[in-house]
Amino acid sequence: MAATRTVRVRVNGTLHEREVEPRLLLSDFIRHELGLTGTHVGCEHGVCGACTILWNGEPVRSCLALAVQADGAELETVEGLAPDEERLHPVQAAFVEHHGLQCGFCTPGFLMTVVAFLRENPDPDEAEIRRAISGNLCRCTGYVNIVKAVKHAARSLRARAPAGASAAPAGR
Amino acid sequence: MVTRYLGAPVRRNEDPRLLTGRGNFVDDIQIPGMLHGAFVRSTHAHARLKRVDVSRALAAPGVHAVYTHGDLGPLGDPLPPLIPHPTLKHHKTQYALAPDKVRYVGEPVAFVVADSRYLAEDAADLVEVEYEPLPPVVDLEAAAEPGAPLVHEDAGTNVAAHYTQRVGEPDRAFAEAPHVFTERLVMDRGCAQPMEPRGVVAHWDPRLETLLIWDSTQAPIPIRNGLARLFGLPERAVRVIAGDVGGGFGPKIMMFYPEEIMVPLAAMRLGRPVKWIEDRREHFWATNHEREQIHDAAIAVDDQGRIIAVRTVFLHDAGAYIPYGLIVPVVASTTLPGPYKIPNYHAEFKAVFTNKTIVSPYRGAGRPHGVFVMERLMDRVARELGIDRAEVRRRNLIQPDEFPYDVGLIYQDFAPLIYDSGNYPAVMDRALAMVGYDRFPEEQARARREGRYLGLGVANYVEGTGIGPYEGAKVHVEPSGKVLLATGVGTQGQGHYTSLAQLVADQLGVDVKDVHVVTGDTGEFAWGTGTFASRAAVVAGSAVYLAARAVREKALEVAARLLEASKEDLELEGGRVLVRGAPQRAVSLGEVAVAANPLRGTIPEGAEPGLEATRYFGPPRGSFAAGTHAAVVEVDPETGMLKILRYVVVHDCGTVINPMILEGQIHGGVAQGVGGAYYEKLVYDEGGQLLTTSFMDFLIPTAMEVPDVAIGHVETPSPLNPLGIKGAGEAGVIPVPALVAQAVEDALAPWGVRVREMPLSPVKVRELVEGSRREAPA
Repeated sequence: MAATRTVRVRVNGTLHEREVEPRLLLSDFIRHELGLTGTHVGCEHGVCGACTILWNGEPVRSCLALAVQADGAELETVEGLAPDEERLHPVQAAFVEHHGLQCGFCTPGFLMTVVAFLRENPDPDEAEIRRAISGNLCRCTGYVNIVKAVKHAARSLRARAPAGASAAPAGR
Repeated sequence: MVTRYLGAPVRRNEDPRLLTGRGNFVDDIQIPGMLHGAFVRSTHAHARLKRVDVSRALAAPGVHAVYTHGDLGPLGDPLPPLIPHPTLKHHKTQYALAPDKVRYVGEPVAFVVADSRYLAEDAADLVEVEYEPLPPVVDLEAAAEPGAPLVHEDAGTNVAAHYTQRVGEPDRAFAEAPHVFTERLVMDRGCAQPMEPRGVVAHWDPRLETLLIWDSTQAPIPIRNGLARLFGLPERAVRVIAGDVGGGFGPKIMMFYPEEIMVPLAAMRLGRPVKWIEDRREHFWATNHEREQIHDAAIAVDDQGRIIAVRTVFLHDAGAYIPYGLIVPVVASTTLPGPYKIPNYHAEFKAVFTNKTIVSPYRGAGRPHGVFVMERLMDRVARELGIDRAEVRRRNLIQPDEFPYDVGLIYQDFAPLIYDSGNYPAVMDRALAMVGYDRFPEEQARARREGRYLGLGVANYVEGTGIGPYEGAKVHVEPSGKVLLATGVGTQGQGHYTSLAQLVADQLGVDVKDVHVVTGDTGEFAWGTGTFASRAAVVAGSAVYLAARAVREKALEVAARLLEASKEDLELEGGRVLVRGAPQRAVSLGEVAVAANPLRGTIPEGAEPGLEATRYFGPPRGSFAAGTHAAVVEVDPETGMLKILRYVVVHDCGTVINPMILEGQIHGGVAQGVGGAYYEKLVYDEGGQLLTTSFMDFLIPTAMEVPDVAIGHVETPSPLNPLGIKGAGEAGVIPVPALVAQAVEDALAPWGVRVREMPLSPVKVRELVEGSRREAPA
């Protein structure tokens, strides 16, 4: 068996240290070493986007990275978005409100993609939204309600933002 | 005022859990000491197995076992057939591991169990398999010819079944008809591709003497019953849990996939929990496909375009085995007539073995094929006779006063094909209005002046849903006043935790959030068949309604004693039973539950303890939903690219439980339909190698390709169940190929393009344009 290496990563604010094989995928590390099974693995070849996490704030496919590469990184997964089911992140709440999920398997990847996207572009139009989520596949929803949810999430995030940050008129 | 949840867009109970990463998918199961499996799969489409040498693999690090067919004992026999049919002469079924011959690329040959999936895959590479290649049977038509190499030698033929159904006198009708048009229409291979691949975890608990299985199946109860039989265990000793399943769409209902045998077998023999999770490439090979059929069709009409007769003679590609029976081709041939009056009909098919992945129902399950053929024939009639395409359809529609309408065929449930109710003209007219049918010619002409090619498509369908045999439900009120609902139909995203809870909440006057639904766990409810054929809401929904009503009656009886009131004066509201007009005289549902299950005293003679009831519902036959899809597309004749500008669905699925969930089902179906009509195609080479085994080759539409969908509802309740429900799970996908074909033809009318094959693709559209003789206008 290959020699192991030490990986230290901060995930959702908590520091983890593990000895892992260099070939261990980051997705498997997150799911099976750390037990954070909210990050899903759909294709293992970087197309479906179900395994998307945030790596130092940037959306990344965790199936295309090795755990050892993440040494020293700051990661965010779906488990870090809300403290519990009653206090959802505005993006999560918008997915409830607009029925943006069905089976829920691709959903964590969409959430992480959308959270990062709305940080970058707080007031997107529909074409921008569709482009932003076009790296994530969903087989249940036809994307119609995901697009609606992202619009809604953008509005509620803007409403929460501190004064002067972004004050686009409602209902654009 | 009693809350009415039925018909309301209630937000889903399951969402917060799924959105916070607390789902319970099969790969989320972690058990201490768990081992991991990997399969060695055939690299040949058709070959004899000369030698399988596992010695190097067994010696590899971390390996606990490597199984081949010789290790299986009685489990090495062909796996049980699912749905027999009198004409299915060769009901060949798959093996847990291939014995002496492989029949498709991806067929399991050996199973390796090791400490981790990584080590299991390492060792799988060390299994040496010596093949003696045989001529592969790949082309469907060639496979059906006499003298073709045989997929199953002992059958003596590749034709598994030859089945004909007739209505009226089609031969005479064709001979005497003034107009007869023929078409050869082809649908190629596609597949469902749920975002979660399949997976199985098995754990033998020696203290409980229970085989615990987590399985991403759509049919946990039949899996439990079958595993108990195959492993010689009492049924109560096998518990199958299909917790959260990441999309199903049909192929997750097959019994048995080889992996569903091998994982429990390894767990029992090794005394350790074993997990196997399919990867995406395996999924392309090893999870069932669908769609491939070649239809020779004909239609006979009078001068007004009224249908005199229809004929379809087709080949159905079954793949290497045919465990599921003839469901797909039977559904195709019985869906074909659709909403039209067809006095004479001849449907004949051969189901044919090929050296390709097994075929079983995928969302639509033959319906898209039938509708594609029928609607293509209607388009042909319209064109040949110079009648408007909506008008020619309207002239042939079954009218609202003609129900129940006996089509004259036998449906997939072996019951007569009788449409229970519907209003087809209203549905079609609504769709035409929503898509702007009347003003489209002007829009099209204007666009063409700008050098843009717009086309409109409109397609009708009738969708058989809600077939038997039955489903059941148990409703139980706990002392807390919270309600437990257990039923057998698992969920793969259809919202059962909400829609079924709505039915209970209405009956018991509780908050929908206080109804906890358990589905897909045979330890909680073990009667029923599964989630398929758009039947869960209809059949299980009816059982849930009946069980909840029985609990309501019981609650009223017990509360009447507690409140010393007459039952007729009581109502259930806000989690309480109260005296109408005197709300201070009330008792909570939890208190009623306690009173119904006393520690002392007694319960009335004949009564059952507790606020609990179990009820079953079996419909006499399926209920038939219907709809019309209409769309405006733009086609670029230079690039072959397709853009959907408007998409309209008008749908009638009877009583609607939750319109939000219903619309979501339709959105998703349309997206899969668009994928199957233009982007997704499984490609085999001449040697039977599947060339499309990643999402870079098999193109699932993204948010850039799928349109927004405008939905209109018409409600014609079904008389066949207490709530008037019809199914809706497949409605979105069914007419999309027919619609896209028509719309592309319409857009490319200047070239006289004819679409006779599905799926299209940019390349295919270019070929059609180039192949047409006529020159493009300036």
